[in-house]
Amino acid sequence: MDLCGLTIHQLRELLTQKAVSAAEVTSAYLQRIQSIDSKLHSYLEVFAKEALKQARDFDEGKRDFNLSPIAGIPIAVKDVLCMRGVRTTCGSRILENYVPPYDGTVIEALRNAGAVFVGKTNLDEFAMGSSTENSAYCQTRNPWDLDRVPGGSSGGSAAAVAANLCAGAIGTDTGGSIRQPASFCGVVGLKPTYGRVSRFGLVAFASSLDQIGPITKDVKDAALLLQILAGYDRRDSTSVQSPVPPYGERLEESIKGLRLGIPREYFVEGMDPEVAEAVEKSIRICGELGAEIIEVSLPHTEYGVAAYYIIAPAEASSNLARYDGVKYGLRTPDCRDLLTMYRTSRSRGFGPEVKRRIMLGTYVLSAGYYDAYYRKASQVRTLIRKDFLEAFQRCDALLTPVSPIPAFKVGEKSEDPLQMYLSDAFTLPASLAGVPGISVPCGFTSQGLPIGLQILGPHFREDLILRIAHQFQQATPECRRTPPLNEDP
Amino acid sequence: MTYEPVIGLEVHAQLLTRSKIFCGCSTTFGASPNSHTCPVCLGMPGVLPVLNRSVVEYSLRMALATHCRIAPYSQFARKNYFYPDLPKGYQISQYELPLARDGWVEIRTEAGIKKIRIHRIHMEEDAGKLVHDEYQPVSYVDFNRTGVPLIEIVSEPDIASPEEAATYLRTLREILRYLEICDGNMEEGSLRCDANISLRPTGAKFLGVKTELKNMNSFKNVQKALEFEIRRQSALLERGEPVVQETRLWDANRNITVSMRGKEEAHDYRYFPDPDLVPIEIDADWIQTVRSSLPELPDAKRNRFMDQYGLSSSDADVLTSSRSLADYFEAVVRAFPQPKTAANWIMSELMRELKKDDCEVEDCPVSPDNLVELLSLLDSGTVSGKMAKGVFEEMYATGKTASTIVAEKGLKQVKDAGTIESLVEEVLSENTVEVTQYRAGKEKLMGFFVGQVMKKSKGKANPQMVNEILRKKLRG
Repeated sequence: MDLCGLTIHQLRELLTQKAVSAAEVTSAYLQRIQSIDSKLHSYLEVFAKEALKQARDFDEGKRDFNLSPIAGIPIAVKDVLCMRGVRTTCGSRILENYVPPYDGTVIEALRNAGAVFVGKTNLDEFAMGSSTENSAYCQTRNPWDLDRVPGGSSGGSAAAVAANLCAGAIGTDTGGSIRQPASFCGVVGLKPTYGRVSRFGLVAFASSLDQIGPITKDVKDAALLLQILAGYDRRDSTSVQSPVPPYGERLEESIKGLRLGIPREYFVEGMDPEVAEAVEKSIRICGELGAEIIEVSLPHTEYGVAAYYIIAPAEASSNLARYDGVKYGLRTPDCRDLLTMYRTSRSRGFGPEVKRRIMLGTYVLSAGYYDAYYRKASQVRTLIRKDFLEAFQRCDALLTPVSPIPAFKVGEKSEDPLQMYLSDAFTLPASLAGVPGISVPCGFTSQGLPIGLQILGPHFREDLILRIAHQFQQATPECRRTPPLNEDP
Repeated sequence: MTYEPVIGLEVHAQLLTRSKIFCGCSTTFGASPNSHTCPVCLGMPGVLPVLNRSVVEYSLRMALATHCRIAPYSQFARKNYFYPDLPKGYQISQYELPLARDGWVEIRTEAGIKKIRIHRIHMEEDAGKLVHDEYQPVSYVDFNRTGVPLIEIVSEPDIASPEEAATYLRTLREILRYLEICDGNMEEGSLRCDANISLRPTGAKFLGVKTELKNMNSFKNVQKALEFEIRRQSALLERGEPVVQETRLWDANRNITVSMRGKEEAHDYRYFPDPDLVPIEIDADWIQTVRSSLPELPDAKRNRFMDQYGLSSSDADVLTSSRSLADYFEAVVRAFPQPKTAANWIMSELMRELKKDDCEVEDCPVSPDNLVELLSLLDSGTVSGKMAKGVFEEMYATGKTASTIVAEKGLKQVKDAGTIESLVEEVLSENTVEVTQYRAGKEKLMGFFVGQVMKKSKGKANPQMVNEILRKKLRG
C-alpha cells in the first residue's frame, strides 16, 4: 500500500482500524523523503528520530489516537514558525543558528493535537518571494517539472505535499504565499481570514497581512487542519474572538443556489490562455453544480500590487530591524564599532530580495514620503476592502484564477522583480482586504503543469469556501493527480 | 535688547504597574541583569505585544487629573531606530493618535497662579540599559527596564522662566505621586525631563529658534541647564549670531550644555501605526470609572486645608506636599482637633526627625495615634512643652508610646502645691543674699529663682505654679 499517497483523513481511518501503525506511516514518509527530496529540496531539516519517537508514542499507547483527527499523522511546517528547541531559520543566513525558546501558538496547537512533526520546509527568505528562489539555503523544485519553481513563499510546504513527502503541511500567506504555490504544485492551500489564526510564533514579514494556513492533498484535509489552527489567542491582539464553526460538517452540502461572483478585473489581457480556459471551465462546472454565476466588479483591483508593495515592505522594514547582531542570529565578529557591527551583520545576513524590501519600506515611511506612499497605500487598501464588502452584498463567494500563469522556470523571473511582483496580482487584493481564500486544483496545461482555481469568501466564511472547494473537487476527480516522480531505486 | 525665554517641557514618567506594558514580566527595579525578561520584551522573532490594561488606567488617571481630553480612539505607533538597548529596533509609542490632548495644570508663581497647558499625554515602552565595562572595550545590555510603561507629558510652550519650569515639574511630580502612578524619583530616572527653549525679544509674538536640552536628572539641573541656555542664546543673539536648532546635552560637571546633534543629524523615526496592536477604544463609562476613583489632588487639598483647618497658605503648602503627609496630618487632627498645634508639631518636630533620617512619613516610627497621645498629655498639662519635645525624640528613636516614656522616666509634671512650696522654701533659704537683693528691687532675679526650683524638681515642676508660689513667698 502506498501510505504516502494517502490524505490525512484516509490515514486517520487506517490508524483507527489499526490497519497500520503510526510508526509505519512516519517511516514511509521518512523513507520517501530520503529517496526523493534530494531532487526537490522541499525540506530544510527533517526530524527523523523525533518524528519516529512521536509516532511510537501513539502505537505504544502513551498518547491517544482519539486526541484529534491528525493524531499520529506526519505534518511538515514552514520554517518561519517558531518551534521550541529546533532551528527556525526563516530561510535566512541571519537566523542560521537561531533556536527559539518557545513554541508558537499554532505549533502548540498541532503538538497538543498529536501531530508528528516530520520537518521544517523551505521558503523564500522571511517569506518574501513567489518562487522559493530567495531561500539562503537551497532552491526547491516543482515536483511536476524539476526545472520549474514550486511557487512561493511556502514553496517547500507545497512541493512536499504534492510529492507526498508529508501528509499535510503548514504554510503562511502574506500576499499569496499559500495559494500560489498550492496552485503551482497542484494541491489545496487555504489562507484564512486575517485574525482567524494566531500569529504568535510566526516570524513576522508584514504583520497586518500575515496568516498561517494549511496546504493539503484535498479540501477535507484543509478543513480538519484549519479546525486545529483556528481560534482566538490572547497572545495575539489581532486574533479575533469569533466562534470557530465545525469546518468539516457541511462540506458535503450541495452548492446549489449559491451565487458565485466572477470579478471581471481578474480576467485580463496577457493571462496564460490555458489558465484562462481552465478557470472558465471550472466556473461552468460550478454552474452545473447548481450555483448561480454572476459577473461582479472589484474596481480597485489594479491598485492592489502597488498598495501591497508599499504596505508589506514598510512593515517588513520595521519587523526586520530586530536582526541587528546584538541578541541572537548572525553577528560578524571583530567589528570596530557598533555601526560596523550593524552594517556588516545585516549586509551579510540578508539576501538581495530582503534588502530590496527593507529599502523600499524604509523609503515609503520616510519623512516627506509617508503621506505620498504609506498613507496613500493604506487608503487604497480601505477601498479594496470596500470592493470586497460590496461584492459580497451581491454574491456568496468569488471565483478567480490564483495566478495568471502556471509555474515558471527557475531563474526566469528572478532577474526581474517587477514581473515577479505582478504575477501576484490575483492573490494580493484578498490579503489586503483580509478575506479568506482557497486554491484548489482545476486542471493542467498541455505541458502537464497544474492550474489553480481561487475561491474567495467573506470574512470568517472559511466554512463556505471550503464547501464550494470540496464540491468542486468532488466533481473534478481528473484534476487530482500525483506528479510523476520516481523514487530512486 | 532684552529677551524672554519660551520653554516647553517633555516629561517622561515611569508608571508603577506591577508588570510591563506588553508582557507579564515584573517591573521591579534593581533585579539582577536580564532576570525580568521573556521572549516578548526581548523582541525574539515571532513574538507579539499584548497591552497591559493597567497601563491605560494609570495613564487615564494622569490625563484626567490634568484636565486632558481623552481620545475615544487612540493608537500605538512604532518609532524606528537602531540602538542595542532597543531589542525590536523600534519603540512602541503613540504618534498621530495619542491617548489624551489639550489639558492644563496650575502652578503657583510669585506673580500668582499660572496655567500651563498640556499639549498631549501618550503611552510608550521604556528601553533597556547599556552597561559599559570600565576596563575593557565591552558593553553589556540589561533588558530588565525594556517594556516598563512610561507616559510622556508634553507641555505647550507656556513656561516663561527656569523657575517656572522647575515649579511646573514639581507640580507634575506632586500630581503623579498623589495619583500613586509614579514615584517621581528623578535621580533614579523614574521621572525624566527634556526641555525645549528659545528666546525672543521681550513682548514679541513670534517664536525664536529652539534648542532641545537633555540629560538633566534633577530639578536643580533642569533649572541650571535652562539658565545656562538662556545666557548662551542671548549672548549669540546679542552678537547677531543665529541660534542653531539642535539637541544639546546638559553636562552637570561643567555646568554647561554641549551640542549632541544638529537638525541634519536628527533621526527620521519613520513612525507608522503598529500593526500588532489594535486601536485602544475608551468609552465614557471607563472614563467615569477612572474619574470617580481619583483622589483629592494637591491644589484642592491645599485649599481645603486652608478653609477647613484655618491654616496659612504656607502651612497648607507644606502639609499637602505629599499625599501621605497630608493623610498623617488629617489622622492626627481627627483625634486631636487643634489643627494649628498639630500642624506645628508635624512641621517642626516630626519633619525635622524625618529629614535627619532621610525618611518618608510612611515609614515614620511615630504613628498619628501616638502623636495624638503626646499632644493630649501636653494639652492636659501632664507634661510640659519642653518635656514633650524630649519625649517626642524618644518616641521617634524607640517607637515607644508617649505614656510609656513618661511613666518610665517619671516625667509627670509636679502640680502639687505643697511639694512645690517646700522646694521654693528650700531655694529661698539657700540663697538669702539673692532674696535680699530681689526684695531691694532687683526683680530680674526672678528667673534665677525659677531656674533653681526647676532644677531641684528635675524639670518636672509646673512652671506656672512655681512662678506664682515664688512671687507670693518673695513678697512675704
